[in-house]
Order: sequence, then C-alpha cells, then structure tokens
Amino acid sequence: MTAREDLNVLAWGRVHRGRHFVSDPATRNGVGAAIRETAEAGASTLAHGLGRSYGDSGLNLGGGLVRTTGLDRLIAFDRAAGIVRADAGLSLDALLRVTVPAGWFVPVTPGTKFVTLGGAVANDVHGKNHHLAGTFGSHVTRFGLWRSDRGEIECAPDENADLFALTIGGFGLTGVITWVEVRLERIASAMLEVENIPVDDLDAFFSLSERSDSWPFTVAWVDTLARGERLGRGIFSRGRWAGNGGLNPHRSGGPRLPLDAPGGLLNSLTVGAFNRLYRARPGARFHGRQHYDPFFYPLDRLRDWNRMYGSRGFYQWQCAIPTAHMREAVRVLLDTVAASGDASFLAVLKTFGDAPSPGVLSFPMSGATLALDFANRGADTLSLLSRLDRVVAEAGGRLYPAKDGRLPQAMFRAGFPRWTELEAARDPILMSSFWRRMTEEA
Amino acid sequence: MAAINRILVLGATSAIAERWCRLRAAAGDSFLLVARDGDKLAAIAADLTARGATVGTSTEDLADTADADTRFSRWTGTLGGIDTVFLAYGILGDQQEAQSDTAALARGLQANFTSAVVWCELAARAFELAGAGTLVAISSVAGDRGRRTNYAYGAAKAGLSTYLEGMAHRFAGTEITVICVKPGFVATPMTAHIDGRDGPLWATPDQVAEDIEKAVRKRRPEIYTRWFWRFVMLVIRHLPRPIFNKMKI
Repeated sequence: MTAREDLNVLAWGRVHRGRHFVSDPATRNGVGAAIRETAEAGASTLAHGLGRSYGDSGLNLGGGLVRTTGLDRLIAFDRAAGIVRADAGLSLDALLRVTVPAGWFVPVTPGTKFVTLGGAVANDVHGKNHHLAGTFGSHVTRFGLWRSDRGEIECAPDENADLFALTIGGFGLTGVITWVEVRLERIASAMLEVENIPVDDLDAFFSLSERSDSWPFTVAWVDTLARGERLGRGIFSRGRWAGNGGLNPHRSGGPRLPLDAPGGLLNSLTVGAFNRLYRARPGARFHGRQHYDPFFYPLDRLRDWNRMYGSRGFYQWQCAIPTAHMREAVRVLLDTVAASGDASFLAVLKTFGDAPSPGVLSFPMSGATLALDFANRGADTLSLLSRLDRVVAEAGGRLYPAKDGRLPQAMFRAGFPRWTELEAARDPILMSSFWRRMTEEA
Repeated sequence: MAAINRILVLGATSAIAERWCRLRAAAGDSFLLVARDGDKLAAIAADLTARGATVGTSTEDLADTADADTRFSRWTGTLGGIDTVFLAYGILGDQQEAQSDTAALARGLQANFTSAVVWCELAARAFELAGAGTLVAISSVAGDRGRRTNYAYGAAKAGLSTYLEGMAHRFAGTEITVICVKPGFVATPMTAHIDGRDGPLWATPDQVAEDIEKAVRKRRPEIYTRWFWRFVMLVIRHLPRPIFNKMKI
C-alpha cells in the first residue's frame, strides 16, 4: 500500500483545503504502516477523522493524513458498568446507536454526533453540560497512542500520565490515538425535559444562567443583530434527562445540502429575518419533552449544512472568557458584531463551570463562552475577527483552536501558555497546518 | 424472527458482510466468521460481541476448497446447526492482468466462481437436511453483460448469479431462500483505488447492508443495490452492439 494523493481535503469551514497524502488503515494494527507511508510521502502526517474541525487544526496541507474512519469498531462494552472501549475512528453517531438501547449516553457531547472518539479527545470537546460535567476528556479512563518512537502505548491517569494529560486537548500531535475507553452516563430514557425561554437582554441571560445551575444542559442562542437595550436578546434553553420514554436511538439519514449555496445567501438581511422568525416561532417558548437527537444535534438534521455559506466557506470563532470579566467582555463582543453589520447566523452563548480538565491545553475555563460564525468575506471578515480577538485578549480569555483557522500565534501562546510542553512531547513525525503556524518563528 | 439465528459468514472481513452483521448483532444472533485475515477477523469479532452477538471465528482461505465437505461440517458443528449462510468474499482483480497472466485468471475464477458455488451447494445440502435456511451470496452487476474493462470478474460473477438463480428455482415453494445480491459501485477497501467515490452512483456498505437485510426479510431471490442499478443494467444489457462497442466501459 502507498498513500493516495487527495488534492482537496476540506476543513469543515471550507476556507482551508488542499493537497494531502492519505492512507486509510482498516484495523488498529494497520496504523503504524499508515503513519509511515503517509509521512514518507508528505514529510509529516496527522490523524484525521470526520473532518469537523473548522479551521486548520485537522489539516496538514501538503503533508500526510491518516484517515481514521475505517477504525470504527467497538472493542468492549461493559453494559453493567457503562464503560465502553472502541477504535478511535468510531463516531458518536455509531456509538450512541449501540449504547442508548442499553441505557447509556456519552457523558459529554458536542453539538454534532459526527465526530470520532479520537477527535473528541484530541480537541477535549465540551457540551451543554460543561458547568456540571466538565469536558469529554474528564470521562476518558484510558486510550491507546501510536508513537513513531515507541509504537503503540497505553495512556491513563496512572500510566504514561504526562502523555495522557498532553493528548487530551493535544490536537492529535502527541501520537495517533488508536482507541479510547470512556465512562458513560446512565440514562433512563432517550428523551429530555426541555424548557426554551426567551431572554430580552444580556443581564437576563446571565441571571437565568445562574438560576439554571441545577439543569445539566444549558445553552443560549443569541440574536447578534439586536443592539442597544436589546443587546444579548435570545433564547435560553435548558434540559435534563427524562425519567421515562423509551430508549430508542436516533434514526439515520435526513436530507443533504447537495450544492454550495450561492455566495451571500446568509447576509444581515436574511439572518435578520431568520432571527425574527426564530424568536417568534412557537418552539422559542417550548416546554416539554424532546428526543436527544434534535436537542443536542439540531444541525445534524441537514447534512453538509456548512455548504450554506457558499463556495468561499466561513469562519467559526469561539472564545472563553474568565468569570471576572465575562459580563463586560461578552457585551463588548456582541456590540462589536452588531456595529459591524455582519450578522452571525449561529451565535451560541453559554457559561462554563470550574471543573478542571485533565488536559493540559484544554480550551474551556470557568466563565463564559461565545461562539460565532461568519461567511468568509475576505479582509472584512478577518478584520472583524481581529477586533473580537482584542476584546478576548484584554479580558484574559482564549480562543478555541478546533474552531479557528486564523488564530494568531501570539493570541494562542498567551491563551495556552503551556503550549511549549505540547511541543516538547509532540511526536516528531506528526504535524498540522495549525501547529506549523503556532510554532514557526517569525 | 424471534429465535436466535445461527449465521455462517464466509468472507466476514468484507465491508458489506461486516455492516450486515452489525445490523444483526443487536438481536443477539450467533455468528461463525470465516476469512483469511485473522487480525481483522478478531477486531470484527470483538465489535460484534460488544454489540450483543455470540461470535466464533475461523481463519482460513475460502478460495481453497480442499476438504470442503469436512470443513463445512466442522462449521455446522461449531454453530450447532446453520440457519443462514452469508457469502461475501471475492477479488476484483485486474482485467489486463487476467488477459496476460493465466495463473491470475485462474485464481480469479477459483475465488469468485468455483469455490463460491462449492460453498453454496454445501449450504443447500445443509438446508435441505434441516428443511429450512437462507443463503445470501454477493454477486455483482458486472455479471449482467460482459464488458472489456472487467469481463474476467464479470464472467465469474455471471456464473455465480446463474448458479444462484438455479438454486432459487430448485427451492421455490420451500422454506429455503436463496438470494443473489447484485451491488453496483460500493465504497469499500476493494474499490479504494478508484476515483470519484462520492459520485451519485456510489453507495456506502451500510446502505448496501440495509438493502440486503430488507431482501432477506422479504425473501427476494435477487436484488440490485442500490435499486437503480436494475435500470442501469437493463439499459446496458439492451444497448445495441454498434453503440456498446464504441463505449469504453
């Protein structure tokens, strides 16, 4: 086998794309050979799962890529204890189909189920329950790591502990994650009790957030076009697992967006109209039961939704702001966006809890997080993002590398001061476009 | 089907077979997986076990039919009887190679046709003794018309299709079901070298497995998967020779 040349591997934001030398191992024992042959063809290599990282952290432009989606098997599932061990390329989508009927759910889930276990560890993903459950990495008990200098090793809190902590949130650079063992959460049903509550401004959001502390899942959608007194207007959503209602997993399928939408389809006019409708629709005041699929994964309904932004793609931008400055900083950020006239279609606001992650370079911090996305309009978009960056830097916050394709080096180094430890522990054969930008000397 | 099925899977490391087994594993079925690649076989067995199935494995070369009767009896014994046989192995091969290398040509025919019908006939014998059973075998749309780019593979699959058609005829009106599966383009490791695998004619192994499971439930003797291949092949079979001869397919 030799690595295949693929001229157009895309990141989820579709701004970053390009040539890679790709290999698809069919079993975990094939990972070593796949690493060797892709690194031989491309000078370095990187594991790549379902490609849901938005920017350049999942790409290694011009280099090798080990696609892990063929490593999609369970290794063991203890239905009594709720501990599952599976190949790193297994998606949450596939995992939940097996665990939900047995009464178990992943302890932390991001906003899409089309991520692999390896990707969830490498980005130490978080979800709507961060304030109570912490990150995904907090529930990982053990994983396998293939390193070019040591072969396959096991990492756990008490075994290769340094590599365990550096791999959780380590952007896939410490080795190729081959399998992951995770402790699941018991559920009595696949349904959640959900309350959606319209909030009129930012203060209303923060006070409702505080009062909702006992709800395991909270998040808010924000209308980024609202200004002045209405700044921060949106819909606060909270949920908890229901006590009954059956253990039916989600169904597959759903429509796909077959083409790139025409450029400029998502502009302040259409987003404004959407925002008004979104707040006015009956669902904005929904109190009732909802299956986990629409609750956690609303965007999974439309496959390839990222093509909505047209052929030039889009930028995601997500920050974490420490508690002391979160109210003021979020206000300034939303003000900046509203003043720019550039609407963010998906604006998500949430408070983070203070549970520390085992990951050395984990993104969440106690405080608030705001996620925005903008169609790629070139220099205008980049300039808006730098204005937002400055607010975050001044507030002592940081940006989420998995979502960002242009995170400036200085901003990254300031937000993740322990990055040098990752660089020291990096497997020399592994590299990503993101890491090249973060480490190259100016 | 409430009772536990005892399933013999020949070529269990094929992507289509693996996906079909996953569909069945949650029901607690009992599997014996046979294939050449012991490493991959072990990984698949662990996966199906974790999903709720009872799984045994045997690492052997199915293209080799030496001691076929003994081996088939051994498999039957291991499972304690057989309700379903799923035959999924095959080698795509290379047409140019088949034309220039007679050993390669013979190997392809042995794998895709000769050995396959030997196992099918042994399954039929077992089912006849038991009075019931289901045989599912993966053939190919390539067998529907000989084409310059892959007639060595196509002819072997045509032979297999005809053999299965005859068996379905033989068992019509009985409790024995014979299903000939004709997949079109499927994105599997067997076709990893072909470009354009995200095109509209390509299916995932999961889609093909679901189509097969539907055919098993409905006891269809022949299915094309995806469904539109029935019409694609209908057109290709009926293309007048002057037009067909100009095509590089």
